[in-house]
Amino acid sequence: MATKTDNNRAWLFVIPVVALVAFNALVPLMTVVNYSVQETFGDNLFFWHGLGWFEDILRSERAHAALGRQMLFTAIILVIEVPLGVAIALAMPRKGPWVSVCLVLMALPLLIPWNVVGAMWNILALPDIGLLGHTINAMGIDYNFTQQPIAAWFTMVLMDVWHWTSLVVLLAYAGLISIPDAYYQAAKIDGARGWAVFRHIQLPKMNRVLTIAILLRFMDSFMVYTEPFVLTGGGPGNSTTLLSIDLVKMAVGQFDLGRGGAMSLIYFLITLLVSWIFYTLMTRNESQ
Amino acid sequence: MRVRWLAPTVYIIFLMVPIYWLLNMSFKSTNEILGGFSLYPHDFTLDNYREIFRDPFWYGGYINSIIYVSLNMLISVTAALPAAYAFSRYRFLGDKHLFFWLLTNRMAPPAVFVLPFLQLYSEVGLFDTHIAVALAHCLFNIPLAVWILEGFMSGVPKELDETAYVDGYSFPKFFFKIFLPTIKSGIGVTAFFCFMFSWVEMLLAKNLTQIDAKPIVAAMTRTASASGYELGLLAAAGCLTIVPGAIVIYFVRNYIAKGFALGRV
Repeated sequence: MATKTDNNRAWLFVIPVVALVAFNALVPLMTVVNYSVQETFGDNLFFWHGLGWFEDILRSERAHAALGRQMLFTAIILVIEVPLGVAIALAMPRKGPWVSVCLVLMALPLLIPWNVVGAMWNILALPDIGLLGHTINAMGIDYNFTQQPIAAWFTMVLMDVWHWTSLVVLLAYAGLISIPDAYYQAAKIDGARGWAVFRHIQLPKMNRVLTIAILLRFMDSFMVYTEPFVLTGGGPGNSTTLLSIDLVKMAVGQFDLGRGGAMSLIYFLITLLVSWIFYTLMTRNESQ
Repeated sequence: MRVRWLAPTVYIIFLMVPIYWLLNMSFKSTNEILGGFSLYPHDFTLDNYREIFRDPFWYGGYINSIIYVSLNMLISVTAALPAAYAFSRYRFLGDKHLFFWLLTNRMAPPAVFVLPFLQLYSEVGLFDTHIAVALAHCLFNIPLAVWILEGFMSGVPKELDETAYVDGYSFPKFFFKIFLPTIKSGIGVTAFFCFMFSWVEMLLAKNLTQIDAKPIVAAMTRTASASGYELGLLAAAGCLTIVPGAIVIYFVRNYIAKGFALGRV
């Protein structure tokens, strides 16, 4: 990183960004804070409710279950997508015309609107007329994602792997192509091969991009809403009702503003805390 | 090592299968889709696409989406350029905290903010306008744009700035004539990412609009409810939402890996 000079007038350059983001961030955030400490009986009448909603949420089994599902989903996603993405990036060609073809095709799922992704997988997984559902059933396995929680989870995870693994691939690939050939030649002279090259040359060089990958995948999978909602609608029963889906049900569906507001803030704080940990790790790597 | 190409090939095939299935359905009539399972359309038809290009409700949705996405791209990149320059070149009071605060907005679950957003934009009289969606998408696109541009700008040696000043360039002249052309691939990549995240987001876009600025993604939710399931039409509309993305990826294909690494490689 280039050395920086002290200059407080640099704030002038930042003002437009701060103004635009603050307009969008602070007003809605304060509205949510407002709701979270008040009780309403309709008619725009609000009463002070203190921390009641927060206590409520912390004791509510429904919220615990939704949070648990959200965490389970994020954990599964990270465990599958990060190693898979790295493995594919390692196997990708480094030079030649196929590089562009691979990159363009792999990036394609990232540019499809999220509700189209959900609808697409819904159509694909239908047990009677969908390719995936039909094939699994033809293999003699009873599969119906609208009725079996396990099948619903399987489909939801497979959809996310389909949708987002490419992000990890592209990041890991960017890290890999930045390694100079000299490193590999040196490794060859030392007799290092396969695993040793990966462990001591490729992995350290991918450190930074992989932190970004994990940070982005954590944030996005922890906030995911549209795709699973379009796919399963949170069902069957509540089995795929992630925290975000539960929250929208509560705030928009049942118009339970106080409880929804309190839950939003808890949700936001958890995301913030984990992201801060990753961010600190990442900036520490950068300053080294 | 001989089978190295196997993993990427299998992966790409896996990626293409759902897209093929959607394409397959878009060339069938809804009756044929519901009639039974078939790997390719037996009764090939373009009616679904014809319907989309004929009905203003459908193609209007595309135009609306493209308008607010372009507006958002323009606003995000223009505002982010000077800010990213400040972050990459100067230390100033609270710079690190400000940078993290910007990023936190990328972490706010949109599901949390739908209702307050709706109230905010109704209050300022922008409800159901393109600019409302473009501004709302700034919430997550500006932090991202600053993050990526800062990465690219930090890769430009500071000597470039200093040499220009020694040669008698004023700051604006240096910024527009020398600096921006130097990082033009970074600007392209940033615009691509703004396009991408604005194009795929639908929760805010749908809730901030009603009729005049209704995005294509919202038009699609109507088919599900209106006259039963018009699956063929839905599939055709879905296929068409992939096209703009495919076009923009093609333009940035050589920078895409570096872009996803936020310019930090």
